[in-house]
Amino acid sequence: MTAIVRPDERGRFGDFGGRFVPETLMTALGELEQAFEEAWHDDAFRAELDALLKNFVGRPTALYFAENLSKRLSGEAADGSAKVRIYLKREDLAHTGAHKINNAVAQGLLARRLGKRRIIAETGAGQHGVATATVCAMFGQECIVYMGAEDVQRQALNVFRMKLLGAEVRVVESGSQTLKDAINEAIRDWVTNVETTHYLLGSAVGPHPYPLMVREFQSVIGNEAREQMLEAEGRLPDYAVACVGGGSNAIGLFHPFYEDDVSFIGVEAAGEGLDSGRTAAPLSAGSPGVLHGAYSYLLQDEGGQIEEAHSISAGLDYPGVGPEHSFYKVSERAEYVAATDNEALEGFKLLSETEGIIPALEPAHAIAHLSKLVPTLPDDSIVLVGLSGRGDKDMDAAAKALGVHLT
Amino acid sequence: MTSRVRAAIEQANAEGRVAFVAYLVAGYPEPDATPALAKALVEAGTDVIELGLPFSDPLADGATIQRASTQALQGGMSVQRCPGLIREIRSAGVVIPLIVMTYYNPILAYGQDGFVKDVAKAGADGLIAVDVPPEEAHELSEGCQGAGLDYVPLLAPTSTDERVALAVRQASGFVYCVSVAGVTGAREALPEELGTFLDRVRRQTDLPLAVGFGISRREHVESLSGRADAAIVGSAIVEVIEAAPRDEREERLQAYVEVLTGRRQASD
Repeated sequence: MTAIVRPDERGRFGDFGGRFVPETLMTALGELEQAFEEAWHDDAFRAELDALLKNFVGRPTALYFAENLSKRLSGEAADGSAKVRIYLKREDLAHTGAHKINNAVAQGLLARRLGKRRIIAETGAGQHGVATATVCAMFGQECIVYMGAEDVQRQALNVFRMKLLGAEVRVVESGSQTLKDAINEAIRDWVTNVETTHYLLGSAVGPHPYPLMVREFQSVIGNEAREQMLEAEGRLPDYAVACVGGGSNAIGLFHPFYEDDVSFIGVEAAGEGLDSGRTAAPLSAGSPGVLHGAYSYLLQDEGGQIEEAHSISAGLDYPGVGPEHSFYKVSERAEYVAATDNEALEGFKLLSETEGIIPALEPAHAIAHLSKLVPTLPDDSIVLVGLSGRGDKDMDAAAKALGVHLT
Repeated sequence: MTSRVRAAIEQANAEGRVAFVAYLVAGYPEPDATPALAKALVEAGTDVIELGLPFSDPLADGATIQRASTQALQGGMSVQRCPGLIREIRSAGVVIPLIVMTYYNPILAYGQDGFVKDVAKAGADGLIAVDVPPEEAHELSEGCQGAGLDYVPLLAPTSTDERVALAVRQASGFVYCVSVAGVTGAREALPEELGTFLDRVRRQTDLPLAVGFGISRREHVESLSGRADAAIVGSAIVEVIEAAPRDEREERLQAYVEVLTGRRQASD
């Protein structure tokens, strides 16, 4: 349960990360770092968090052997068993339907410890906004969620959920009107209200200590999966595969296996294709720079202006990525690939048909990559996949993309 | 060599004035608008110009400067065009000190060393990087020193004394004191705690202190007399430019800034 990869004192994973924010926030980030380190080493805090993860979130989430999918992609051995075994870490079964709640509960608890009753958050797909609104309702905290105007349209159901949970949803009309701009607005709010407010950032991005803190809060995914895998198979998987937008579910799955002989594959959103100019895959198609307080890979033009991301999945529609992923990329600890919108839709259908599990469009990118990976693997390989969320929120978008008209 | 920026502020102070620092968004409202606007600022009694090189994600800026930045970028402004624009401003006869203010990513995209050298060669006197705190500023501040540019750090009311010490060690020209926890944008009044903050910075440096964020009226500038050495006005200037018909733009800007510098009585 201890951190394997630690950033240096400036918050850097190798060259990546750091703290590039207006001076107004620097003191608050220092305080947050200290409060996080103290809380994370405080048995009482951990016990309270563990109880909430169990009783409120519904952890541990299941590790499911996806036998039908395994057979479909790898074929059957002579005894009728799947040649390659695919396991799904079922974060879609967590309360609110995605892994985002793990981090939201932990930061909500931390905010209470900091004495900050006003919580702000950004959201893209709405999953983090819903998770934050849920936690704030539970803790009795004031909740304001910034959401890009385009995402508000794409994810109307989640907007309704957040409001039902008592949150105020502030529509962001600036820039590309998506997740990146929602983060800008949340940071502006935090700069203005830093004394009273905790910024409950939803991914392993942003200035130090967020990438570290969010990873630690999401590592419950990989820690559980590791134990469950040993129980189910008596050994660790050969591969861990997860989708990467900001990258919190992937880093939470990967990190506990960092020192093991487990290959990591992060699947970014290629959008309409890596060469199309309409992607959301900074690790595959971008270059390093500074966005939202951290030095990491991002989509930018030659003058350092941030380019808009494009993905069918609102949760991956982000031009940056968490700094620890950039570090894993250049140190070659992980491999990063990309799946297009169309491939993700195929993955979305494949898992629904074979296993009776409708994935969110985000992990559908990871499923899509399995179609390429699994047929190439030797028999008896084991693949662990992060199923980060369920697909209910994506019915409209998927139906539209598949040419189905819902009335 | 004495900093031209510092000298300009001290000259104003010697004349019994709070020095006036005016901010323009480079390439706003049109790509070629900036030199004439800079000249209008000089005519109105501006002591130092801050040239804001726009960034797509300006998280320290309020709605006004965001809007202007987006328009400037759509018009084709870029970090690559920055040295050329500085040359055009100098060619138009603007000789007062000029400081480039921007975010880190455009500087990184150009290359830190190349950027400070090229803007210095083009006639800039200093650099402000809004999202580069002192911990990350060693390379940039040393690069500026090498190129003969002032490196101006920002400090905020939330900066601890330790952070003030860290920042002023890298500083030259002046220290940019952010008046309030918040983003750029005109406000009704300056906060009452401003004096305490300025005193804390003053205890640690002899450099001039310039106050920015929220200043839009002559009374704001006057209220800084005896407490700070310079006033910085940005969003309010952008708003005047935004509201003016194209053929009256320089005239209106000059009239507004003359009120701020005390050369003209406010008419309304």
